[in-house]
Amino acid sequence: MTTTEPSATAAAPESLLASPDMPSQREINAEIADLHAQAAAREAAGESVPNTLYDFAPYRSSVLRHPTKNPRLVDPETIELWSPAFGQRDVAQIESDLTLQHRGEPQGERITVTGRVLDSWGRPLANQLVEIWQANAAGRYIHQRDQHPAPLDPNFTGAGRTITNDNGEYFFTTIKPGPYPWKNHVNAWRPAHIHFSLFGTGFTQRIITQMYFPGDPLFALDPIYNTIRSQKDRDRLVSTYDHDLTVPEFSMGYRWDIIVDGPDATWFEQEEGGH
Amino acid sequence: MSETSATRARRGEAPLAPTAGQTIGPFFAFGLSYDRMHQVAFPHSPGAIVLGGTVYDGAGAPIPDACVEIWQADEDGSISRARGSRRRDDHTFTGFGRSFTTDEGHYEFWTRNPGSVDGKPPFFAVLVFARGLPNKLHTRIYLPDDQAALDADPFLSSLTPDERATLIATRTPDGGLRHDIHLQGEKETVFLAF
Repeated sequence: MTTTEPSATAAAPESLLASPDMPSQREINAEIADLHAQAAAREAAGESVPNTLYDFAPYRSSVLRHPTKNPRLVDPETIELWSPAFGQRDVAQIESDLTLQHRGEPQGERITVTGRVLDSWGRPLANQLVEIWQANAAGRYIHQRDQHPAPLDPNFTGAGRTITNDNGEYFFTTIKPGPYPWKNHVNAWRPAHIHFSLFGTGFTQRIITQMYFPGDPLFALDPIYNTIRSQKDRDRLVSTYDHDLTVPEFSMGYRWDIIVDGPDATWFEQEEGGH
Repeated sequence: MSETSATRARRGEAPLAPTAGQTIGPFFAFGLSYDRMHQVAFPHSPGAIVLGGTVYDGAGAPIPDACVEIWQADEDGSISRARGSRRRDDHTFTGFGRSFTTDEGHYEFWTRNPGSVDGKPPFFAVLVFARGLPNKLHTRIYLPDDQAALDADPFLSSLTPDERATLIATRTPDGGLRHDIHLQGEKETVFLAF
C-alpha cells in the first residue's frame, strides 16, 4: 500500500468552512447595509462598480480570496470571443431529470425549472451547455465535506445538465432544495438555491450563478445573495412561480431566464457594420 | 442581418440587463466534474504537455476548493468548433478543460501549446472560480517562449514587470508549463475585464 503525505501548508478543506470570528446575524446585516451603501455612493460618483462585489467581508471566506486591485480592462482577443462548442453529444437526455438517477423517487417537492438563455440583445442561445447542482429537499449536499446533519437521500444526487434547444430553452425536472445552514456566522442559513453554470457564445460571457425561489425569508440575511449590490440585480436571480408549468397532481413549476453578458464574435461583426 | 447594437444604442435602447454571477460555493465538485475533464489533449499523445500550478489566497495558503478552466487555440492557432468537451473521445481537440484544485491547491491539465492567433503571442484564456470568491475571475496564461512577441504585445507592455510576470508561464525541463495563480497579495495575478 502506498500513501501520499499531504504538504505541510495545506489545511484540511473542511476546517476552512467556519469563519474565524462567528459574528451575529445582526452584525452581518449591518456590514451588508454598509457595503451596499458604499457601492451605491461609488456608483453615484461615476465609478464603474461590478454587479457582484468581490470585496465583501460579510461573506467571511472571501476576505483572503478576492483581488485587491481593479481588473484590467482589455480588448478581448479572438479566442476570448468564442466559447467551446457543445451539443447534444455532450449530454444524455436523461441527465436533465434529477429525479430519475436512482432506483426510487427522491423525497421532496417535485419541480420543473425552465427558462431561456439569451444574450444582451435578447437573442436566444442554442446549444448551450447548462450544468446545475443543488442540495436535497432537506438542505443536504451529497458532497463529502458537507457536515450538515440533515439526511442524505439515497434517491437524489442533485447534479444535472442539459443543452439548450433552438429557442435557447432549457428544461430540468428536479426537487426543490431546502435551505442550508453554514458556518459563516452564528445561525447562518442560505436561502434555497440551485447553482447554474453556462458558457455563452464567447468565453467572456461564461457565468456561474445561483437561482433562488420567490418569497424566501432568508434573502436579506444571506451574505452570498447580497454580494450582488443592487436590489434589481438580486431580484433577477429569483425565479418566478409559473402555474402553467405545473403538472396536475405531479409537480410545481418555476421559470428563470439567464442573460449572458460580454462581447462575443458576433458583437464585433455587428460593430463593424453588420455583415 | 439583424440590427446592430450601435443602432439600438442610438435609439437609446438599453440591451437586456445581464444576470449577475455568484460564487461557485464549496460543493461544486459533484455538479461540475466529468470524466477526463482536465484532458484537453490525450495524455502522452504527440505534442501533449502538462500545464499546472497552485492557486493561492492572500495569506499565501493554497486554495483547495478552486476550479480552473482553460480555453485555447490549437498548436496551429486554429480555434476548435468541435463538440465533445464534456464527453471526450480522446482524439478530438475541443480546446476546453476544467481542473479542480487538490487539497494542496494544485490544478493540472494535459493539453497542447496554443498557437498564435492573429499574430498575437499565444496564451490560454483562463477562468478561476473558488469558494469564497464572489464571482468568476478572467486571466490569461501566456507561453514564455517567444520573448520578442511578448515584448511587442500592447497589453503586456502596459503592465509593470511584476504584473506581467503573473501572466507568463514557466517552461519546465520536460517541456511542460508551470503557472501559479494568486487571488490576492503581493504576487496578486492580473485579472481581466472586457
